[in-house]
Amino acid sequence: MPRFRGGVHPKERKLTASKPIEKARLPEKVVIPLRQHVGAPCEPLVKVGDVVKTGQKIGDSPAKVSAPVHASISGTVSGISSELSPSGEFITCITITSDGKDERVELPPLSPDAPKEALLERIREAGVVGMGGAGFPTHVKLNPPKPVHTLLVNGVECEPYITSDHRLMLEFPQEIAEGTKIAARILGVRRVIVAVEDNKPDAAEKMGEVMRGFAEVKLLKTRYPRGDERHLIRSVLGVEVPAGGLPFDVGVVVQNVATLKAISDALKGRTLVERVVTVTGDVAQPKNLMVRVGTLFSDLLQQCGGATKGPAKLIAGGPMMGVALSGDAPVAKTTGNVLVMGEVKEEPESPCIRCGRCLEVCPMGLMPTLLAKLVRAGRYEDCLSGNILSCDECGCCAYICPSRIPLVHLMREGKLKASALVKR
Amino acid sequence: MMQNLTVSPPPHVRARTTSNLIMLAVILSLLPATGWGVYAFGWRTLAVVLISIASALFSECLGCRMLKKQPGSSAAVTGLLLALCLPPSVPLWVPAVGSAFAIFAGKIAFGGTGNNLFNPALVGRAFLMLSWPALIAPPTWPVPLEATSSATPLNLWKHQHATSSLSSMFWGFRPGCIGEISAFALLLGGAALLILRLIDWRIPASYLGTVALLTWLLGEPVLFHLLAGGLLLGAFFMATDYVTTPITKKGRLIFGVGAGCLLVLIRKFGSLPEGVTYSILIMNAFSPLIERFTKPRVYGTK
Repeated sequence: MPRFRGGVHPKERKLTASKPIEKARLPEKVVIPLRQHVGAPCEPLVKVGDVVKTGQKIGDSPAKVSAPVHASISGTVSGISSELSPSGEFITCITITSDGKDERVELPPLSPDAPKEALLERIREAGVVGMGGAGFPTHVKLNPPKPVHTLLVNGVECEPYITSDHRLMLEFPQEIAEGTKIAARILGVRRVIVAVEDNKPDAAEKMGEVMRGFAEVKLLKTRYPRGDERHLIRSVLGVEVPAGGLPFDVGVVVQNVATLKAISDALKGRTLVERVVTVTGDVAQPKNLMVRVGTLFSDLLQQCGGATKGPAKLIAGGPMMGVALSGDAPVAKTTGNVLVMGEVKEEPESPCIRCGRCLEVCPMGLMPTLLAKLVRAGRYEDCLSGNILSCDECGCCAYICPSRIPLVHLMREGKLKASALVKR
Repeated sequence: MMQNLTVSPPPHVRARTTSNLIMLAVILSLLPATGWGVYAFGWRTLAVVLISIASALFSECLGCRMLKKQPGSSAAVTGLLLALCLPPSVPLWVPAVGSAFAIFAGKIAFGGTGNNLFNPALVGRAFLMLSWPALIAPPTWPVPLEATSSATPLNLWKHQHATSSLSSMFWGFRPGCIGEISAFALLLGGAALLILRLIDWRIPASYLGTVALLTWLLGEPVLFHLLAGGLLLGAFFMATDYVTTPITKKGRLIFGVGAGCLLVLIRKFGSLPEGVTYSILIMNAFSPLIERFTKPRVYGTK
């Protein structure tokens, strides 16, 4: 049976693990990217000057793989422009200036016993996407082209610092359980497994309580990047997703706990306009905040007492895979963590000494240093035969490299150039 | 507030171990063996060690200037290792010439750190052995802590079939090269590297295991062969050199088995009493090939 191999265990630094979720203050303005998911960007449904209410749909797309976006505060649309998004790209965003009233519109409640199609349509309409970071539209993921037998609930949260899913499991277990039941019903699966890392025994216990009778809880040893779908499937079920395939190819669908809560909210009529964000690192008061989508990072930082030094780096996501931003950006549906680094240690690159650590930690079984050399030599054909496209960019190789070679950066470049060869 | 932010690809945290730290650890792990050698053979051996290291560092700086690259700390390891596999009686110019050759022919000629095919220290030793055999393999060697001299245990075995006391070989009271005489000191350093996970256990285990198995099959004294010559120095500190050995786990096992076979062949059937240098150098040549056939299985593929 194949088992999870490789990976690393950086210092966990879960500063906010014992801090209950606080409601962030209502932002004065929000910037809502029209693409916060994998797939086609939305077209704006409003124009500058329009008055919108909290929860109102303001962007949508007819594309199959896409998800609508909603106003997260009530107020006036004050701009539609290209802005820095937490993915590091510039994306068309709708800016809303608050009227301070937070007037809501909600969809009519929908019974969990409604037909499958109605449930999927509701999940789409509520703008639910994978909130673990990838942002794959949930209604697409819950409607796989092949029958599946297992739903894996992802409460692993393997990146250092982040505690948003941990707190969610402790404070919203009922909602997660409801969402899990709905997802299991839509998928028609009998087997549901909740996976939690052993650095969160309290969350595992809570999940066990609320899921009793229809899901088993698996406690996994803490190791990054176990929370990645492919590695989670291998850890829990001992099977591997074929290269180039998706989890449903082995009869599995993985859903993050925050996504499952959003599904439960969607049936109650609430569209996805807020999420838990851990604000951590070199800030005066690290916190878990319930944040409106579109709230600017600078606003969150202020609510956490500001940076204690620097900031030198502002990261959307965790330290292993997060995106370092050049300036202020808004929280998206997929932003579970905002990490502030007070200083940046400059470490010059030195030649590869072929120590083999990158091979040892690569959970995909690649040879990162050899691929990096091929990328630098422009030998993209050879990169393809070295399976460069299997690289998940988890960052273990670059984390461990004693010569500080920017391996993730080189892998990205290689993947881009190599996939261009495939398309041609 | 959001000014002058650094934008760089992830990950944004790094493990603490750096290449320089690894080199420092290797040097520290060699100190017991070096210290015992200097104590056992007198202060002149310290000069051999220091001259060897200085020559290696100087050559590295010069060579890297030619290559327009940054000199690295691994040259110090090369210099130290070469000194440790020289007889205590060598004239002082020998380590200077040997280390310079090791760095230039063994490393700079291939393009500097990380690109060399052969272990530089062993390239230096092989060169000295071929050029001045009488200096590198003299008929008699000084005995540690004594004013007498005698042949090395391997020579005695090869020519007279006489074994030496295992305890004197273990603790370091037999004649031999500066850094190879005390198995205890070498095992101490080797264990430290293994515990710190700076070297892969697969290489010493498969190298020494193969030697043990083959000598046993051939009816030779097993423990004697493990403790004799430079086998422990080679198994823990030279065959484990990252650059010149396979990068794959399976490849490292094969490397060790191959080196072990070669060593026993040379010791038993060759005209030389010792085979550590050539067993490792020959396997270095096969490393790229071994690597090619031992690629790890990629997730989701057969």
